[in-house]
Order: sequence, then C-alpha cells, then structure tokens
Amino acid sequence: MADSKFQSTSTYVTTNDLTLAVNAAVTIARPILIKGEPGTGKTQLAIEIAKSLGKPLYEWHIKSTTKAQQGLYEYDAVARLRDSQLGDDRVHDISNYIVHGKIWEAFECDEQPVLLIDEIDKADIEFPNDLLLELDRMEFFVYETKQLIKAVNRPIIVITSNNEKELPDAFLRRCFFHYIKFPDQETMRKIVDVHFPKLKKSLLAEALNAFYRVRDMPGLKKKPSTSELLDWIKLLLAEDIPLEALRAKDSRTAIPPLYGALLKNEQDVHLFEQLVFLDRRSGTTSR
Amino acid sequence: MLIPFFYQLRDGGMKTSITELLMLLEVMEKGLAGQSVDDFYYLSRACLVKDESQLDRFDRIFAAYFRGVEDSLSDLIQDVPEDWLRRQAELLLSEEERAEIEAMGGFEELMQALRERLDEQEERHEGGSRWIGTAGTSPFGAYGYNPEGVRIGQTGSRNRRAVKVWDRREYRNLDDSIELGTRNIKIALRRLRKFAREGAADQLDLQDTIDKTARNAGMLDIRMVPERHNAVKVLLCLDIGGSMDDHVRVCEELFSAASSEFKHLEYLYFHNFIYESMWRDNRRRHSERMSIFDITHKYGADYKLIFVGDATMSPYEIAYAGGSVEHWNDEPGAVWIKRLLNTYSKAIWLNPEPRQRWDYTPSTKMTREIMGNRMYPLTVAGLDDGIKALH
Repeated sequence: MADSKFQSTSTYVTTNDLTLAVNAAVTIARPILIKGEPGTGKTQLAIEIAKSLGKPLYEWHIKSTTKAQQGLYEYDAVARLRDSQLGDDRVHDISNYIVHGKIWEAFECDEQPVLLIDEIDKADIEFPNDLLLELDRMEFFVYETKQLIKAVNRPIIVITSNNEKELPDAFLRRCFFHYIKFPDQETMRKIVDVHFPKLKKSLLAEALNAFYRVRDMPGLKKKPSTSELLDWIKLLLAEDIPLEALRAKDSRTAIPPLYGALLKNEQDVHLFEQLVFLDRRSGTTSR
Repeated sequence: MLIPFFYQLRDGGMKTSITELLMLLEVMEKGLAGQSVDDFYYLSRACLVKDESQLDRFDRIFAAYFRGVEDSLSDLIQDVPEDWLRRQAELLLSEEERAEIEAMGGFEELMQALRERLDEQEERHEGGSRWIGTAGTSPFGAYGYNPEGVRIGQTGSRNRRAVKVWDRREYRNLDDSIELGTRNIKIALRRLRKFAREGAADQLDLQDTIDKTARNAGMLDIRMVPERHNAVKVLLCLDIGGSMDDHVRVCEELFSAASSEFKHLEYLYFHNFIYESMWRDNRRRHSERMSIFDITHKYGADYKLIFVGDATMSPYEIAYAGGSVEHWNDEPGAVWIKRLLNTYSKAIWLNPEPRQRWDYTPSTKMTREIMGNRMYPLTVAGLDDGIKALH
C-alpha cells in the first residue's frame, strides 16, 4: 500500500493538490470527500484511483431514495414470508435472506478495495449521519444474525458531492476534503491530449480558445464543462470540421460550429445569437 | 506543534476541530508533508477545510500566519509587477515622503517604508485618510486590509518577489459572505430547495408498509411519507425600477430559479414601497393592478411572503400620505405593508444592498423595523438565514 502512489495516469490528468490529498487519504485510510463543478471528473477520479493503485472498485451510486441501511444490508422479509408459506427449508436460517450491500462487500474483500460513494448529497439529509460509525471504525452490527462485520482491510473510500445539500459537521470531521477547480488552459490542454493524442496542435489550440471564449461569456446560465469539451472535440473530429471554421473572424462572438455540445439551453443560445447580431451590426455601422 | 496555527484558524471563524488537527499531524508523521511550503499548504487544506466556502478564509489566515516562511525559499516565485507596487506606494506615502525616501536609497528603501506603513495600519483601529478602504477591525473580515490579495510580505531582496498560491486568493468568490454571483446564486437557490421539501406526511409508502407488515408477521402497519416535492406556497414581491435597476440581474436569476422550484409561486411587482396595489405585468402597470385586499383574499395566510427590494427611498415615501413618487396615496406605505404583514405571519425582506450600508439609509432602517428585523442580505448566507426564518 505504501509503495504505489496515486498519480496522473495515461487516461486521467490530476493536479498537484489533488494527488497530495488522495495520497494522504490512502496512507492514513480515511475517507476523502470530493466536490466540484459538474463534469470535472469527480466520479472518474475513484475509477482512476482504483486503476492506478491496482485495487478492486466497488461503486455505490446514491439516489434520492437511498437509505444508509441499503449500503450495509437488506433483510428480504417478504421473500422469507413467501418461502415459509411454500414450505421451503431455507426459511430456518435467517442469513439466507440477508442481502449484502456495497459496504459489506467492500469490507469482506480480500485485498484493500476502493469504495466509491457517488453523489452523497442526493440522498436524505440524515443519510451521512447514519454512516458515521461505519466510516469511522469500519465495522457494523447485523441485528438479524447478531454478527459484527469488521473490515478485513480498511477500504479507500471516495465520496463525491454536488453540493445540493449541506453535509453535517460530524460527517465532515472524519474525511479529507478536496475541491476540484475548473482546470486552467494548461491543465485542460493536457486533459484533451490524454483523450485525443493524435489531435493536431493547431486544431487543439483553436478548439480550446473557442471553448474558453464561450465559457467566459457573461450571463451564461450553464457554463460548459470538461466533459462537454471532450464530447465537442469528438464531434468536431467525426464531422471533420476544418480549422478555418473554428477561427473566429470577427472578435469574440462568432458561434463555434456544433455548439449544441457546449450550450445546453436555449437562453444561452439566444444570448450568443444576440451578441453575434449586435457585434455584426456595430461592425458594419462603424466601417 | 501547529497549535497556534490551529487557534488562529478558529479565531478567524473556521470551525476546525481537534480531530482534523490530529489527522494532519498523523499525515505529516507518515512523511507526506512534502518538500515545500506549497505541498504543506495543499495538505493542510485537505485536512482542515471541509467546505469550499471556507477555502478563501483559509487562504487568508494561512498567508498571515506563514508570512515570514517563504522568504527563505527561492524556488517557487513569480513576479509582482513593479507598477502595482508603485501605485501602492503612491497611495500610502505622500509626495514629499516618497521623494525623501527615494533620495535615500531608491526602490528598495521605498518598498521597506511601504511595508512598514502597511504594518502600522494593521495595528491601528480606525485610520486617518490613509486607510485603504477597510471596515471593521479584524484582518480576516470580508473587507480585510489587502483587497487585491497580493502581499508585499516578501522584502529585503534585490529580485522582485513572489505571489504565492494562497495569496492568489483563487477561491475568493466561493466565500459565502460575498454577494451573489452566477455560481453562488445556484448554491443559494439549492438551499431554497431544502426549505421546500417538507410538507405533511400524507402519502402511503407502499414499500415500507410491506416491509413493516412482514416484520410484524402479517399485522398491517401503515407507513406514510411527506410529499417529496415542494408543497410550499410562496408569494414573491419584487421592487422594480429606479435604484433596483442595478440589481436586476440578481433578481432575475432568483426569480427564474424560484419559479422552477415551487409548486405555488406567485409574483407581484411594486415600486419602492408597498401602496394600495401591486401589479403582475410591468408593461401594464398603470392599467392592470391588483389591490392589496384582493391579494390577501386570493392568497391565503399559508403563503410565505418574500419581499425583494433595496428599501432605498426618501423616508417620506414610507411614513407620509402622499409620499409615493408615482401617485397620491391616501394612506402611508407603512399602513399598507402592515396590512400585508397582519395576514401573512411568515414574511421576510431580502435586500440586495450589503448589510454594512443598511444603517446609513433611514428608509432601510424604517423598513427593517416594520418587518420586525426580518431583513436579510441577498447573499448565500443571508438567503440561508431568511429561509430558516420562514419556517
């Protein structure tokens, strides 16, 4: 565990601060909470940690109906009732009806796993508080079979949050925290490079310029994110858009081609079109 | 070890606990603190800061506490532009002083004197005319003494010194005491969602009922859950025109997000203050208005009332008959708003002006009194408090 460290892999670029935070969390086996704008690679981070350190990955994607108990285990009472009425022999042993949750599976894994708890803020507000003991001491008690399940190897727990709800303080005390900033031009260049290694440098530069131009537009309802940039570049390559189409002829406001991948709601598109119109109009009158 | 730093953080308003400090020490003991101050900064940030709204505060306290340390490290520097330093010198030192100092020893002496002057200001409570726009005595407040965030802590060398990572204050706009900007408003409005997800427990939870009935060996055990979507009713009254034009964008965003959030959202406009009627459509504000009595009859007392306005006007507009700028009103505005407040017991006033300025405008003070102190700034933290007051 101490010999391999997390770092940028061939498919995922990290920044220095993220690497440090993850390595610290791995070394002293505490959970790490990752927050950031949507589309900045939070979920992907856990997958990459597992790949980089060569550990098995357990993913638990939280929905708004998820309860903390479901991560541990569920007691299928209805199946047991049905079996008892059919006269099945399995009824006598209650452990036949205990369905293991993701946390139980992670605790029982033979080597140290990575456990991803994705979008923890989607669930009920009390959800993180229900997991305090499990996160702290990595053990829990099964009431039905009177067993104490303890982690064989403390899993590396990565928790992501979209900041829809506030997380309780008692929960935050037990984790490391990292906020993934939106990548700057340099990091973005590396990220695109990792996904599209054969991309021509000139096309990359023009695409990045166009992307940041769109992002910097004031008044946008939803700014395009990293994953949208990567989708857009894929589209550009698939449609074989020439370099000239990307280069903006008149100042900063030409709409880039295939903008549907970047601007996702009509108010933003309207805003863009208005600005292009105004710019064109002021351009012609000043000449 | 690091205990004074820990207490500095707590004094600065961060809610760090001992567990986190011990976590940091454990990590450092395992040898992960890295080879540079930057690495230590990232590590301590990962251990001690648990919310992105606190990142800016942490940066400021870290910078103040570790100010001297980076003088000795010469491998991580970028340059502070010289004309910025000169500008600061111009602000702080008068013409004669500058000439004198430059005569003595040139640029370095000037910078030394500048640094001393800045240090002096830190200790003084209320400044003279040379105080650079601060309010309050704490250096960690929202208007802390160096608004640009670039420090002149690095001195005594021939080379122009660095701007450190934490001095760059990149997380400044995530601070929740700062005005709402595009990102912050989304967070604020998500908190409105929290406010709205409660209602009466009146829906049958089939899954849970089956579960509990089975555990009960067949005896029926009914479980109910509250409605998951927003059952709350909100009446939003927005001040439009005049001094509110500066805040139009913020109000627009608040309004558009609120309208997608709530099941029952009604909105009305007024100008400056509440009089006999309000209107729905700004283009027809002179012809189609809804009187206050109609409003209180149509929207029952279970509606939550939110006013959004800067409460900035002449005090006559509130207190006197005929005070309104647009028409002759027989009864003062204060009487009309009190009628509304009598019907709607849950009401708050959101003010886009910063809280520091409220006491300087008499009309804002009067409005605040009428609202029973339920006036909140239109920031993330203010919205939070306001929503809590509406419960």
